Amino acid sequence: MTAIPTALKSRPAAAFDVERIRADFPILKLRVGGKPLVYLDNAASSQMPQPVIDRLVRYQATQHANIHRAVHTLSETATSEYEEARRKLARFINAREEREVIFTSGTTESINLVMHGYGRKFIGAGDEIILTTLEHHSNIVPWQMLCEEKGAKIRVAPINDAGELLVEEYEKLFNERTRFIGVMHVSNALGTINPIRHMIAFAHARGVPVLIDGAQAAPHMQVDVQDLDCDFYAFSGHKLCGPTGIGILFGKAAALERMQPFKGGGDMILSVTFEKTTYNTIPHKFEAGTPPIAAAIGLGAAVDYLSAVGMDKIAAHELDLLNHATEQLNRMPGVRIIGTAEKKAAVLSFQVEGVHPHDVGTLLNQDGVAVRTGHHCAQPVMQRFGIPATSRASFAFYNTRAEVDALIAGIRNVQKVFS
Amino acid sequence: MADTKSLYQEVILDHNRKPRNYGTLDNASHRAEGHNPLCGDHLSLMLNLDGERVEGIAFHGESCAICKASASMMTATVKGKTRQDAETLIQEFRDMATGKLDWQKQPHHLGRLTVFAGVRDLPTRVKCAILPWHTLHAAFNAVASTSTEAADDPMHAPIGDA
Repeated sequence: MTAIPTALKSRPAAAFDVERIRADFPILKLRVGGKPLVYLDNAASSQMPQPVIDRLVRYQATQHANIHRAVHTLSETATSEYEEARRKLARFINAREEREVIFTSGTTESINLVMHGYGRKFIGAGDEIILTTLEHHSNIVPWQMLCEEKGAKIRVAPINDAGELLVEEYEKLFNERTRFIGVMHVSNALGTINPIRHMIAFAHARGVPVLIDGAQAAPHMQVDVQDLDCDFYAFSGHKLCGPTGIGILFGKAAALERMQPFKGGGDMILSVTFEKTTYNTIPHKFEAGTPPIAAAIGLGAAVDYLSAVGMDKIAAHELDLLNHATEQLNRMPGVRIIGTAEKKAAVLSFQVEGVHPHDVGTLLNQDGVAVRTGHHCAQPVMQRFGIPATSRASFAFYNTRAEVDALIAGIRNVQKVFS
Repeated sequence: MADTKSLYQEVILDHNRKPRNYGTLDNASHRAEGHNPLCGDHLSLMLNLDGERVEGIAFHGESCAICKASASMMTATVKGKTRQDAETLIQEFRDMATGKLDWQKQPHHLGRLTVFAGVRDLPTRVKCAILPWHTLHAAFNAVASTSTEAADDPMHAPIGDA
C-alpha cells in the first residue's frame, strides 16, 4: 500500500491546496539575501518534500545493507525495498513489467546505456539516426560518439519560429538507412511538448525504434509508456522530487534482451570464469556494481508523493502558472518570450531587451528569485534562434501565482536598473 | 563590504551603456579573442604597442554588462600605460575578483576598478569580470585566443578559486 504523505491525507480528493503542498517542502521556507526564496529553476532540479527526506533517513537508519547478495535479514530488507521501488516506478509510467525498468544515475546515463547497449550492437556504417533541433546535449553527444565510432550519420528534424517540431520535415528524413530515433518529450529550453505519439507510430511503421528523453515530461504529466508505445523512455529522479544520482531507463523487454551490457561488474552476471561470463537477466544485466540503493528507494517515495498529489492536478496547476506568467510577460514591452509553441509545459524562456541573461539572473537573485540563465545545454536551440542564451523560469506544482508575480516584479526591476 | 547591489552601480551601468574604446583598430600589433563558453560571452581585443607602451586599444563583442563594463574600464585604464604596469593590473584585478586581494587593506593600483570587487561573492560571475583581462594577457603574449575554460590559460581561474 502506498504511503500517503501526512499533509495530503485529510484533503478532499478534488482540491489542490498549494499552501498545504508547500508545507511539505522545508527548503521553500528559506530566505535568500533577506528575501523569501522564489524557486523557479525546477527544470534544472526540483526540491524534495519531507516524506521523501524521511524515507531516505529511515532507509539509512534502519534498512541499509548491500542488495542481491547476502542471506542476512538486513540485506533481504534492503533488496526487497529496492525492488519495491522498481515496482513503484514501473507503475508510475505504466510499464508492462517491472523488469523493463532499469535504475541508472539519471537521464544522461540512460541514453548512454541505449547508445552502448543498442547502438553499438545494431547501428553500423552508413546508418542514420534522427534527432531534433530541440535535443538536450545529452541526447546529441552520445549519438555523435557512436557515429564517430561506426561511421553512422545524424539527421536533424528542424523546428519553426515558435519552437515546434516540423513533423513533415521529420517524416521526410526517413529512408532505408534510418535505424534509430532520439527525441525529447518536452523541451527543457523552450517548454515545447513534442507530438511523440505520432512520431513513434510513424517510426514503428518503418520498423525503427524510438528513444524518448522524458527528463522534462515525467515530473509534469502522466506518462504511459504502453500507450506511447516507445521502445525506450528515460528520466531523472532529481527533477521529480527525488534524490540526485538516480534515474531510470524504461525499455521494452524484447529490446533490452537483445542488447549488450553497458557496464561490466558484479550483479550483472550469472557466472564468471576467466574463459566465459554469462550475463544476468534483465534488468540486472544493466545494473553492474552496487547501485545507489537509498536514492532508488527515495525515488520510489517521490513517485508515491507525486501520485498522491495527482499528476493530472499537477499538470493543471502548472499550466495555470504558465498561462499567468505568459500573459504578464506578453504585456511587458522589451520582453520577448522564446518558445511560443501551442502545446507547452511550464517552462518560460525569455529575453529582456538590451540586458544579458546573466545580468537578469544576478539581479533576480537579489530579489530571491532563482531562475536559470544560459544555453540550457541546448546550444542548437540557441543557434536556431540566433541568441547565445536566455533566462528561463520553470515552474513546479508547489509554485504559486504570487511567485510568478514576484518574477514579473523582478523583471521590471531589471528593466529599471538598465534603463 | 561590496554586495551584489553595489555591483550594478552607476559607473558599471554607464560603461555598459557607452563602452569606451569600443570598435576595432587598424594595424593592430597584438590581438586576441576571449570567450566564456558557459554563457556565450565573446570579446575581441586589439592593441597597438609602441615599444613597451599601450598606444592604442579597442574591443568589441557580445557579453553581459559586467564583462562589457570591465572591458571598457580596462581599456581606459591601460591606455598609455606600459605593458609591465598593465600586467600588474591584470594580476591585481584577478586577485581582487577571486578574493585573494583585500582591496580595502592591501596596496594595489586598481583605483576605480574596485567597483568590480563585488563579483568575488558571485562565483559564477567572476569569469565575466575577468574575461577581458585574460584576453589582454593573451594579446600581450600573442596567444591567438583564450577561453575562461582553457587549461593552457595561464590566468585560468576555476570557479571556486575565490
